[in-house]
Amino acid sequence: MQLKKLALLCAAVVGFSAPAWADVNVGVTVSATGPAASLGIPERNTIALMPREIAGHKINYIVLDDASDTTAAVTNTRKLISENKVDIVLGSTTTPNSLAMIDAVSESKTPMISMAASAAIVEPVDAKKRWVFKTPQNDIMMALAIAEHMAAAGVKTAAYIGFADAYGEGWHREFSKALELKKIKLVANERFARTDTSVTGQVLKIMGAKPDAVLVGGSGTPAALPQKTLKERGYAGKYYQTHGVANADFLRVGGKDLEGTFLPAGPVLVAAQLPVANPVRKSALEYIQVYEGAHGKGSVSTFGGHAWDAGLLLKAAVPVALKNATPGTPEFRAALRDALEGAKDVAGAHGIFNMSATDHLGLDQRARVMVKIENGGWKYQDTK
Amino acid sequence: MDLQIALMLVQDGIVNGAIYALMALALVLVFSVTRVIFIPQGEFVAYAALAMAALQTGKLPPLLWMLLGMAALCLAVEAARQARGAEVDWKSTLFWAVALPALAALMLLVVKPQAMWLQVLAVLLLVTPMGPLVYRLAYRPLAHATVLILLIVSVALHLAMVGLGLFFFGAEGSRTDAFSEARWDVGGLTITGQSLVILGVTALLVVAMYFFFERTIVGKALRATAINRVGARLMGIPTALSGDLSFALAALIGAVSGLLIAPVTTVYYDTGFLIGLKGFVAAIVGGLSSYPLALAGALLVGQLESFSSFWASAFKEVIVFTLIIPVLWWRSLNTHHVEDEE
Repeated sequence: MQLKKLALLCAAVVGFSAPAWADVNVGVTVSATGPAASLGIPERNTIALMPREIAGHKINYIVLDDASDTTAAVTNTRKLISENKVDIVLGSTTTPNSLAMIDAVSESKTPMISMAASAAIVEPVDAKKRWVFKTPQNDIMMALAIAEHMAAAGVKTAAYIGFADAYGEGWHREFSKALELKKIKLVANERFARTDTSVTGQVLKIMGAKPDAVLVGGSGTPAALPQKTLKERGYAGKYYQTHGVANADFLRVGGKDLEGTFLPAGPVLVAAQLPVANPVRKSALEYIQVYEGAHGKGSVSTFGGHAWDAGLLLKAAVPVALKNATPGTPEFRAALRDALEGAKDVAGAHGIFNMSATDHLGLDQRARVMVKIENGGWKYQDTK
Repeated sequence: MDLQIALMLVQDGIVNGAIYALMALALVLVFSVTRVIFIPQGEFVAYAALAMAALQTGKLPPLLWMLLGMAALCLAVEAARQARGAEVDWKSTLFWAVALPALAALMLLVVKPQAMWLQVLAVLLLVTPMGPLVYRLAYRPLAHATVLILLIVSVALHLAMVGLGLFFFGAEGSRTDAFSEARWDVGGLTITGQSLVILGVTALLVVAMYFFFERTIVGKALRATAINRVGARLMGIPTALSGDLSFALAALIGAVSGLLIAPVTTVYYDTGFLIGLKGFVAAIVGGLSSYPLALAGALLVGQLESFSSFWASAFKEVIVFTLIIPVLWWRSLNTHHVEDEE
């Protein structure tokens, strides 16, 4: 009797909770700790600000930390797919992690939106990468912006010093390509580690090559060290940085040595300075308002913007997918993928997304601006 | 490469080598007295540098809560040991777990140091007691375990301390103000006041340690413990106390290194690990037992790093850490392995 009651109760609970199955489950893996934590933390904070309901369906976010570790990112992804039965995976923060996750999501036919930069994550769109999308601008777009700016400023020779890892290598490759297009010669190519306490050797070598401009291929505060050392040794040429440095901590650590540095960035960095006609201005300001509302003035960084854009794509795709299938089913995941691929004119914090079957990034030139560091702040440069 | 560049690289290598030398000395000291390969040594460097940076921006280093937590935990452990009938040396316990942390709290919460030397003092008071507290909480219960077990504990402790560092200080690094803004031009070489401070303090610490071990009774007792633990105990040397003391010295040396490098480079919550690791390579050159050889090893690591960053910057780390292979090979040929049983 007792057992029967229990069984009935269970059946009732299952029966009542049935509508809850129609919730959309979103699995998230970000690098909230480890070397990429300065990118992962604003991303995690942004996830918490995303819509809890889309088209009448509850959205559940299951957020896991992969500690900037590739293995952990894959484990997280498999766990999210098999245990939490997620409809889509967002993440991860870094390129190596995102590349490693592709196998896991394509096997289970789950769409994924990466917040890492490398073009290799979504290009070329093959059987596996059919399921993969990403929000950050490709490095070549940013590298071209730098090369164009250099050419316009009359730079003939440039030097490069970047991280001794995939970030630095990737930037060296893209930057070389961009320089070639603009007929600028690369005269020095050096590496340093994020944890290095001195880059004197590399800087001496660069100064020996006498370049007109130097690009530092680093992300976050470690990118300040080569520039400080160059200044200390009296290098008088032009300084360039990548968009990987666009946060307030970089300005704090670099201090006055950063004055006059140029970098390409997502428009969100200088949203308030953008001309009113700029199509990204409104959507970028919207993100800043939401984020700073929750975390205080000046807390926003461009990295969180990539997570925000992933959320906007999701918001655009879910209603479309819901027309064809119910959440929690393979059909829904497939429908969600198709809907993401069909996303048009989604205005995000970093640009306007127009996805297609061959372009799983969907950003164009509107997704980048040149910025100059002036008086310890970011100053929008009108390059037209 | 001309002579000028070579001289600049040598200079850079010496300044970096000085920091590795301090790390190596602390590692040799801790290993010879307690047989612990103290991997978290570098964490004291990062803690001290980041605490100093926090003080300079007018914030209270959250590290204080960690210190007070450790002290409270340590007192609880000692009380529990007494309840179980073990003999507890309350005099030293009160010194490490009450007096010093209280002094640190007083400095940070009441005095709120503004002058630089007071801030330095506050940071040293904050970090130094962490050494003996870590020893009491993590290593002393295992004092008779094998070197391997102690190493495993070290790795675990390192991971925990790096995680706490991230929690307390955040992912982005900091820089502190230089102790000296002076700079001189000597025949085309730029010599900064800060690099002279680094060299001067390192030399001072090395000389002080030499006198401590050669001339004072406490230092001699530490050396005796290092040579033969059982023998030292039979001579009436409290070996648990020498553990406290060697860890306190290691933490102090780590804190000093942290204060020294924070103005010349950006320090992150995990910077300490690589600095400690390079100090470890230097200590291995000295067989984890010889102070002069460890010093020489540190200078070698510094030069190797400086020159390889000029010639092959992409392979710098590889070159520095590969140094350990010929050194180990040479040592394995030249030393007779003696299994020392206690």
